[in-house]
Amino acid sequence: MLKKLLPSCVCILLAVAGCARQEPGTEFNDPYEAHNRAVHADNVAIDRTLFGGGKPKKRPFLPAPIARGLANFSDNLGLPGVILNHLLQGRPDPAIRSTARLVMNTTAGLGGILDPATAVGLTEEDTDFGETLHVWGAPEGAFLVLPVAGPTTERDLVGSMVDYVIDPLHGAFPEPEKYYVAGGKFAGKVAKRQIHGDVIDDILYRSADSYAQMRLLYLQNRHYELGIEAEVFDPYEDPYGQ
Amino acid sequence: MDSKLSRRSLLVALPAGALLAALPRDALALDVNQARALIDKALGEVNAVINSGKSEPAMFKDFEAIFVRYADVRYIAQSALGPAGRSASAADMNAYVKAFQGYISRKYGRRFREFIGGKIEVTGARPLKSFFEVKSVAYLKGQSPFEVLWHVFDKSGKNQFFNIIIEGVNMLAAERTEIGAMLDKNKGSIAALTAALKTAG
Repeated sequence: MLKKLLPSCVCILLAVAGCARQEPGTEFNDPYEAHNRAVHADNVAIDRTLFGGGKPKKRPFLPAPIARGLANFSDNLGLPGVILNHLLQGRPDPAIRSTARLVMNTTAGLGGILDPATAVGLTEEDTDFGETLHVWGAPEGAFLVLPVAGPTTERDLVGSMVDYVIDPLHGAFPEPEKYYVAGGKFAGKVAKRQIHGDVIDDILYRSADSYAQMRLLYLQNRHYELGIEAEVFDPYEDPYGQ
Repeated sequence: MDSKLSRRSLLVALPAGALLAALPRDALALDVNQARALIDKALGEVNAVINSGKSEPAMFKDFEAIFVRYADVRYIAQSALGPAGRSASAADMNAYVKAFQGYISRKYGRRFREFIGGKIEVTGARPLKSFFEVKSVAYLKGQSPFEVLWHVFDKSGKNQFFNIIIEGVNMLAAERTEIGAMLDKNKGSIAALTAALKTAG
């Protein structure tokens, strides 16, 4: 059944993810740049209101240990989906390690607030359906900036929609609990914005062109996560650095 | 006139090049162990600063000094500026490189703030193209360990690093984007870019 279904799924997803082709000679596949820049400007305005706009003496939104706990809790809630994606990518080893991580952090880590698994070497091996699509051969598509959610690509946008649907925790909780789960995930995002505050502030508020800087860093880091070999920069072929 | 001059300098340069090529290669070139030792030493100094118990501003000053000592800042500056540097006068270029050094050491010195309470360790090295890549892992407080790569060469005659790649994010590429955007904002004037760099970072 799954074997029969898989190829047709891949075809549909390929068709969706492949709707914008890379122009030859452009560095980034960013045909919607004008629109993306407008959304980015709105996102920066929202971030500035909520997180202080990179002022050096700002008081943190949450006390640091609380932020860490919320980020851990939300990561732990994401683990069932991570494990499923490892399996869909045909990678049983990280699936097994992530399962051990889920068990350990849910029990000894008090429901995922603490992260004792990292201390014993079971570090986070994050993945998502966007990566699964990459493994299955779908092209990346165009770079996109979403309202509030920020940078992504066409492939990763499809991926996050599929992740929402296939998440094993989706529909696993009854009425009140499922709102706690959704709230926990959202709080985790806020906590991570604070934990990575300096890096994000540097990009958003200290760059001459924060859009260009964010696009570069997002795509380079995403390619690294996906294991796509980056072009190595050779200083002896650089005509400008003498 | 130009072509005559360059032909003459070519004639002078050729025998020198031949002489260099004739020398045993390992007498001149950096090797993988030296590259690794260089980053080991730099990170040893970074770790010593982290554990020194100094105040944060004092630590940033130390990080800046380490960055300037171990990085080929002139190369990074020129590479970040790109083609605009070709038509610049030597005086403009020198002023730009000097301003860039302050800017980049403030920027990356501040970045080292996250290393306080953590550590960073060299785990391997390999030759890559015409230079060496030294691999390290950063263990920061409350974060999963992540990979930091150092690209080391001896183009200036000194063994120095010219690029840092943190989880795929390439410092040279980021600085090229940043300096390019600053140059656009300053309407292509290197003097105005230099002035802006003095307060940036």
